[in-house]
Amino acid sequence: MKRHKDLLLHGNEACAMGALAAGMRLFAGYPITPSTEIAEFLSVELPKVGGTFIQMEDEISSMGAIIGASLAGVKSMTATSGPGFSLMQENLGFASMAEIPCVLVNVMRGGPSTGMPTRPSQGDVMQSRWGTHGAHPIIVLSPQSVLECYTLTIHAFNLAEKYRSPVIMLMDGIVGHMWENVQLPEKIEVIDRPEPSVPPDWYDPYDDLPGGEIVPLVPFGEGYRYHVTGMVHDKSGFPTLVHEEVEQCLDKLTFKIKNNLHDIIRIEEYMLEDADICIVAYGSVARSAREAVNIARSWGIKAGMLRPITLWPFPRFHLENISKRVKLFVVPEMNYGQVYGEVLKSCPKRAVRVTRVDGELITPAQIIEKIEEAAL
Amino acid sequence: MIRTSETMYKYLRPDKTFPHVWCPGCGIGIVMGALVRAIERTGFTKDEIVLVSGIGCSGRMSTYLDFNTLHTTHGRALSFATGIKLANPKLNIIVVMGDGDATAIGGNHLIHTCRRNIDLTALIVNNNIYGMTGGQYSPTTPMEHKASTAQYGSIEKPFDICKLVEACGASFVARATTYHAKMLDALLYRAIDKKGFSVVEAMSQCPVQYGRRNKKGSPVDMMMWFKDNAVSNPAFKKIPPGEVGEQFPVGILVDLDEPDYLERYSQIVKNAGGDRL
Repeated sequence: MKRHKDLLLHGNEACAMGALAAGMRLFAGYPITPSTEIAEFLSVELPKVGGTFIQMEDEISSMGAIIGASLAGVKSMTATSGPGFSLMQENLGFASMAEIPCVLVNVMRGGPSTGMPTRPSQGDVMQSRWGTHGAHPIIVLSPQSVLECYTLTIHAFNLAEKYRSPVIMLMDGIVGHMWENVQLPEKIEVIDRPEPSVPPDWYDPYDDLPGGEIVPLVPFGEGYRYHVTGMVHDKSGFPTLVHEEVEQCLDKLTFKIKNNLHDIIRIEEYMLEDADICIVAYGSVARSAREAVNIARSWGIKAGMLRPITLWPFPRFHLENISKRVKLFVVPEMNYGQVYGEVLKSCPKRAVRVTRVDGELITPAQIIEKIEEAAL
Repeated sequence: MIRTSETMYKYLRPDKTFPHVWCPGCGIGIVMGALVRAIERTGFTKDEIVLVSGIGCSGRMSTYLDFNTLHTTHGRALSFATGIKLANPKLNIIVVMGDGDATAIGGNHLIHTCRRNIDLTALIVNNNIYGMTGGQYSPTTPMEHKASTAQYGSIEKPFDICKLVEACGASFVARATTYHAKMLDALLYRAIDKKGFSVVEAMSQCPVQYGRRNKKGSPVDMMMWFKDNAVSNPAFKKIPPGEVGEQFPVGILVDLDEPDYLERYSQIVKNAGGDRL
């Protein structure tokens, strides 16, 4: 692909370009506002690079198709919004259980149900973590700018391949539809699927290797015949109900993420070194939060911002550390306080929330108002 | 018989997955035998075959056979298979589903896979019931027949799977029963060989959950019913509409030569200047 410089892009387009740069070669999706531009863009661009675009009959089959493609060795992606995200939960759980790398983009809109298709929200933070049945971890990334839609999508594919896990790009309607002038990076890191280190007879696709090393997923058709199922399975992939094997299967899902938090979690700290007040904000709201910090500072209030770029696993340890230094957390978000709850869990200090669910972006003034109120 | 067993053994995963889950008298094992013999005849290696299945009694087939196997979520097998085929067109993909799996929860995926004419082979094992969950009525349970959720008899009109997929655009449609095991071998061979979306309906007996509730007798009685009511397709067409009764056509019902999805898509890639397998 030609390297671009200084482009005027919107977030959805940048996300799709990031996917192509990461080597994504199969997209399966279903039209839904405000994510549809991703599908439209890829329907034009994928054929040019020999990739596959297919519009499926619904979001359930879109998720199924990208899992199938990944099993055949092709990096794959789907994109959707609220109602479609709900439909994808079933096969998202399958991808987690069967450890199939893939990327799911959710451009959040106002909910519940059909909600407000054309208005942004951050209402799916908890659904992205707990939307499927059963217990398993998930990686969720949250971009705040058009450039980050590009770079984080590449990162999402890298994490998916590295940890053999589905990764969710949790965008919001503002980030997805916002236009910005961006300079795409000249150099990017792309992680491809590693080759297996053992011959077919020794290959156990779900083996629990010492040191937490993850067994590479060999594409179907390359001589490594194995079984993939959504049922609890033993290390060879076949269903099991033996207690030890069940525990091993489920523990492995959890610990492959939990033991690598330092590698997976990304955060941004803004003017936090000497801050008394820490705003915790993500996605498009972080843009208002940054401005609120600047305004507060100009008034002599020592404010700063922590921006979780990785929403799940939640950067709890970072918050715990910061809570030793600051007096107050302020959590603005376009829902009733989904991340606010996590902040409360992470630190015993005072935390207040700024919520907005009317389909409008939280303004810097709203955040400032809350800071003033709390400072009294 | 000995040769058949040898062939079967070659494709089973005996050390991992047995004993199997199927009840005594179940027809799914006969269908699996036919599938194995058909694949053997195609000459494809085990590595070239991907067996995808849904959930339910028939869905367990993928566990027992030594191919690249994928046991998906309920009703979604065709969507997973679509992704595999588009990602690697060289693979030969066979999708095994039950009647509830394929036509109830997976009905939407079935009709659209037909419409797209993707080069897959669907084997639908139709035993007229949800067996694994304990005998609830499915979209192919005949009217007035009993099920654990239709204790007073089903009041829903059943699907004719072959008519359904024909109307939706499948390239190859065929039907056989567990009584017609050799015909099933031949039809599956043709279906796998066929370019485009092929559907083979294998009518099968479920003596435990369906037969018992509906006084169908032993597994052998149920298979004899297949024998007595199956009519070859050309002969079936000559039966006057009023005299059809419980009879149904078997054999090849549809065989069309149309470009499949990938052939059309390759043209798009070519026009866009891309390069593809």
